[in-house]
Amino acid sequence: MRRYLLSRILQAIVTLWLLTLVAFVLTRLTGNPLDVLLDARATEEDRAAVAQVLGLDRPWPAQYVIYLGKLARGDFGDSFKTRQPALAMVLERFPWTLQLGSAAFILSVAIGVPIGVITAVRKDTTVDALGKVIALLGQSMPTFWLGLMLILVFAVTLGWLPAGGSGSLAHLVLPAVTLGWFTVAGIMRLVRSAMLDTLGDEYVVTARAKGLAEPRVVWKHALRNALIPPLTYAGLVFVTLLAGAVVTETVFAWPGVGQLVIESMAFRDFPVIQVILVLFGALYIGMNLAVDLLYAWVDPRIRLAEAGARAR
Amino acid sequence: MRITLGAPEPASPAISRGDVTLSPRMGLTLEAAPPLAPGALARLRRRKILLLPLSILVAFVAVGVFAPYLAPSSPTATELGLKLTPPAWMEGGAPHRLLGTDQLGRDIMSRIVHGARLALTTSLAAIVLSGFLGTTLGMLAGYYGEWVDTVIMRIADMTLAIHIYILAIVLAVVWGPGLRNVLLVVVFLLWSRYARQARAEVLSLKTREFVVAAEALGGSGFRIMARHILPNILNSLVVLSTLQVGFVIVLEATLSFLGAGIPPPNPSWGVMVADGRALIASAWWVSTFPGLAILLVVLSVNLVGDAIRDLLDPRLRRL
Repeated sequence: MRRYLLSRILQAIVTLWLLTLVAFVLTRLTGNPLDVLLDARATEEDRAAVAQVLGLDRPWPAQYVIYLGKLARGDFGDSFKTRQPALAMVLERFPWTLQLGSAAFILSVAIGVPIGVITAVRKDTTVDALGKVIALLGQSMPTFWLGLMLILVFAVTLGWLPAGGSGSLAHLVLPAVTLGWFTVAGIMRLVRSAMLDTLGDEYVVTARAKGLAEPRVVWKHALRNALIPPLTYAGLVFVTLLAGAVVTETVFAWPGVGQLVIESMAFRDFPVIQVILVLFGALYIGMNLAVDLLYAWVDPRIRLAEAGARAR
Repeated sequence: MRITLGAPEPASPAISRGDVTLSPRMGLTLEAAPPLAPGALARLRRRKILLLPLSILVAFVAVGVFAPYLAPSSPTATELGLKLTPPAWMEGGAPHRLLGTDQLGRDIMSRIVHGARLALTTSLAAIVLSGFLGTTLGMLAGYYGEWVDTVIMRIADMTLAIHIYILAIVLAVVWGPGLRNVLLVVVFLLWSRYARQARAEVLSLKTREFVVAAEALGGSGFRIMARHILPNILNSLVVLSTLQVGFVIVLEATLSFLGAGIPPPNPSWGVMVADGRALIASAWWVSTFPGLAILLVVLSVNLVGDAIRDLLDPRLRRL
């Protein structure tokens, strides 16, 4: 187990390092921030002075080494635009994205799990097909269009909910539905296939033989075990929602990280964009690592198979 | 399971409990699709409920192919005198402008028809490109192993960890929005799915007798991969591709909406929805109909893809 653990952690670190490199190069491809930050009257001396302050006077490789060195100490650099620490700027907006992501996640689970159970129990019936369609709908439309349609119906026509902005629970409803529907299908599939597996298990047969009522067998005995695989992936689904929030935030003018991306891009604010890329990437890599380790811990065959493959 | 940042996988494959040969994170994306079992087609045919999505798909392809002959008028011709005409059945609608017009007086119906062609070609091109790149790299990783494997798979991990919408926005700033941008982003995101699948299958195939025999006969690595391994994994790669079509269409629309995809005035469905965003309170039809087109096509693709996967996965058929 220790060997497997170490090799997976090492892999994650390498992936994360590659990510910082790509984030660094990508942002620098977008052009010279001096062109955006300074106006046309700036002289060559002004440009040189600002470049030096921002650390842009050195060649790329040197800039990257300095960036990595600071990163190792937890310093992501300062925003070119505001001169505030870039990490702090992102973390200031992150709670909004977190709030939207959490609400969407709860909704997604609240809809996805029951549909998964029902479609498994009523396999190959109209109910099954209907449930699948409802779940798949979320993946079959672009979130921005769903957002617009919800605004059209609930804000413009009915006037029940605000069309955008933030500040109250009512503001959260439409963005959360928009974002959350996206992952319903994934959760439904996981629950459905896990339920199909457990419904054939012997303890379920026993529970039925004991004369337990069918709902109790399904919702208590079978579901409890069927929830293990979806639970393992809950973290990954959550990270997906956080990342996907960028689009939803744009539609509903939600003040999260998504808006910050657009703002920062306008000023070629490299440090801020790099923080966001690395932050989401780290979340994703971390969650994947957690899932792998969790599985290896639960199922010894995995870590042994991996070790065997390496030895061969 | 590999969930992709920013956009969930179109079809997160079923959980495989007790899948020994594959590590858990791979077991899920990679579960090898077995060749169509005998009787699978008959079962598919019995599912009458699939007839509707199947016919929608056929219609989509037909409309895409014959768009210039089917569209009532030009997708880009502006007619400011007719701007924001409501759909024909509403008051103020014009009979030859069935679904109304947008803010430049362009016929929405014609734009949707031409948009089908754009969606069809974009998704086909993106899938072929990512399939080619991913399969090649995945086979190399699986066949040669060791450092080749390590390098390719770490890059695959990294590309999945990049926030796809931010990448798209960055690339749009670098090169300007356009089809190239869309293709780059989609390939960046999708190649690793093919690479993982190809790698896993090569790993299990390369110890089989026919491969070992070919090696013993002195076949080069390239020859063995092209002649002996590729034909055996092609089937599952095609199935994987059908599951990506809907995803690519939605992604292309989203990128266009963010201003990082196909630029106006091209009749991309995503651009059309974005066009109507500010008009949602006054001229709802501008955004609604192109979005409905996306929904119908992608839902159909997903339903059919789901059914195919169910049929190919015997574990789900057991009950």
